[in-house]
Amino acid sequence: MSIDGRDLKFPKYVWEAPVRIWHWVMALAMVVLCVTGYFIGSPLPSVPGEAIDSYLMGYIRFTHFAAAYVFTVMLLMRAYWAVVGNKHAREMFLVPLYMLQPSWWRSFFRVLGHYLFIRRENDWHYGHNQLAMAAMFGMYLLGSVFMIVTGFAMYGEGTGMGSWQYNLFSSWVIPLFGQSQDVHTYHHLGMWYLVWFTIVHLYFVIREDITSGLTVVSSMISGWRDIKN
Amino acid sequence: MTETFYDVLRRQGISRRSFLKFCSLTTASLGLSPTVAPQIAHALENKPRTPVIWIEGLECTCCSESFIRSAHPLAKDAVLSLLSLDYHMTLSAAAGEQLRANAHDTIEKYKGKYILAVEGNPPLNEDGMYCIYYGKPFVETLKKYAKDAMAVVAWGSCASWGCVQAAKPNPTNAVPIDKVITDKPIIKVPGCPPIAEVMTAIVTYVLTFGRIPELDRQGRPKMFYSQRIHDKCYRRPHFDAGQFVEKWDDEAARAGYCLYKMGCKGPTTYNACSTTRWNEGVSFPIQSGHGCIGCSEDGFWDKGSFYDRLTNIPAFGVEANADKVGAVAAGVVGAAVVAHAAVTAIKKASEKSGSTKAEGK
Ligand code: HEM
Ligand code: HEM
Ligand code: SF4
Ligand code: SF4
Repeated sequence: MSIDGRDLKFPKYVWEAPVRIWHWVMALAMVVLCVTGYFIGSPLPSVPGEAIDSYLMGYIRFTHFAAAYVFTVMLLMRAYWAVVGNKHAREMFLVPLYMLQPSWWRSFFRVLGHYLFIRRENDWHYGHNQLAMAAMFGMYLLGSVFMIVTGFAMYGEGTGMGSWQYNLFSSWVIPLFGQSQDVHTYHHLGMWYLVWFTIVHLYFVIREDITSGLTVVSSMISGWRDIKN
Repeated sequence: MTETFYDVLRRQGISRRSFLKFCSLTTASLGLSPTVAPQIAHALENKPRTPVIWIEGLECTCCSESFIRSAHPLAKDAVLSLLSLDYHMTLSAAAGEQLRANAHDTIEKYKGKYILAVEGNPPLNEDGMYCIYYGKPFVETLKKYAKDAMAVVAWGSCASWGCVQAAKPNPTNAVPIDKVITDKPIIKVPGCPPIAEVMTAIVTYVLTFGRIPELDRQGRPKMFYSQRIHDKCYRRPHFDAGQFVEKWDDEAARAGYCLYKMGCKGPTTYNACSTTRWNEGVSFPIQSGHGCIGCSEDGFWDKGSFYDRLTNIPAFGVEANADKVGAVAAGVVGAAVVAHAAVTAIKKASEKSGSTKAEGK
């Protein structure tokens, strides 16, 4: 295989159906989590009338928690698919292992060189390029696990001692951070970390789609990567 | 001194009826089943009383002040008479060397059986010279008295977490007592100050059962620190409804809406205020219209303003909450993306014109 990937055979089926479904459901859940999470931190203006007639904050929090369960279950399912799915389903999870190989870093710097406008040609890959892998792992995956762990730690404070959320998360996460307020602060900061990822992700997905000569955005819909005519 | 607790009470002229009342009240506040009340009464009548030595390091005496205001008059008389007999600088009748001799007698006589109650904490910088106790650094007394204690009670946020004297930049290096006493069970009773009824109930528990109550992972008695202020706050329906005080003098403040937006730390504070309340159950901060400041939480001085919902991020040094940091960085990322896109477009365009030129040659 040549290092610039020009000898790869296309079209190639890259993203299997469970990966595609996960991607879009997860992305939707994340948008819901960001919006509701923001309004948990800085609530909307007061609702007039008697307290018994409204449940605005309650619904916002309920939506956050419902989306949180979807987000978590989706990630678990995605991790399962990494085990049984194709090679590309594993990419995001195995990045630290790839990083042990010098050849990974050689490719990484080639990709980086391209994005820094030092190298003109853009290497082709069936799955992600090395920079994307690093972001998928370091920003998306670690960020999401962090949100799930801190999120369930706060959730367990509400369900109380003895609940599985408390035993599994709150009991060690809260002492680890010092106190509950810090968990809130870092959970909130974690949202921004994922927002930064999403901005960069959207940009590169669209940029690659236009400039690389391969199909990118449509690959997450159809699953196929092909050479654009 | 093989007097029991009950003997002391009777000597002070307290009736059996009030004694039994005290037992049931304490049982209730400990969250134990009513059938335990006779057990408490029995223990207090028959067991020789456990001496308590109460020492004060770097502190403001608010814990002692709170303690003597326990709601049930008997509770304070009873428990106080127990304590002051042995050693409490502020409350004992004796003073100076005489008082100190008392403490040393108790330690001698009740090796491994007395309880050490610590109010305040030891500063460690300059070999502990920032808090002097009988001519020596307090930390030395603390270690010495703790050595033969059965258990140690950390009164208040000072002894439990460090509190104001350990707030940044903590020039004296004041540390919570568990940094110094590492080989004894420590019951942390945080709060600035802790609630009087909580204090007396915990002392009674230890005296009655001869063991420490069940603690959570951070060393606090579960019966009083397992729920947040927010979980039992009477303004909670307004929180769920989305009805908030926005300004201290607005209509919502008068109507008693939720103080979340005014920086109430109830959602992140473990204490019994919203159930036990203060001053004989009269009120508690939120009921008086002010948010909880999180006084029983570790490092509550260092989280920025008491009046902000989103607190400062300690790691950044400057005044910045998560939204400020996040939005600024998102702006930077966005700008970088736009710049990168622009350079990409220019490159593409120049490549294209370059290649058309080449083709047209
Ligand atoms: C993409 C993932 C997520 C994002 C962007 C997100 C965002 C947020 C934000 C911004 C807050 C407000 C924090 C504050 O200032 O106090 C929040 C609160 C919270 N989140 Fe999340 N969250 C995510 C995932 C989760 C998950 C997986 C859970 C697990 C159940 C969760 C549970 C909670 C809880 C319990 C709160 C506190 C609610 C309250 O105090 O009333 N979150 N979230
Ligand atoms: C909250 C929003 C989003 C998040 C968190 C997110 C996250 C991710 C992640 C983690 C992957 C890696 C999948 C894997 O390795 O298995 C990925 C791939 C991808 N995403 Fe997203 N995504 C989001 C929104 C979008 C949107 C709106 C689009 C469409 C414009 C999109 C298009 C793609 C494409 C095309 C890929 C495949 C990239 C490639 O072929 O290398 N994503 N996304
Ligand atoms: S006033 Fe404070 S403790 Fe009470 S419901 Fe509102 S945020 Fe929670
Ligand atoms: S309401 Fe909060 S700040 Fe006030 S005494 Fe209770 S725990 Fe401390």
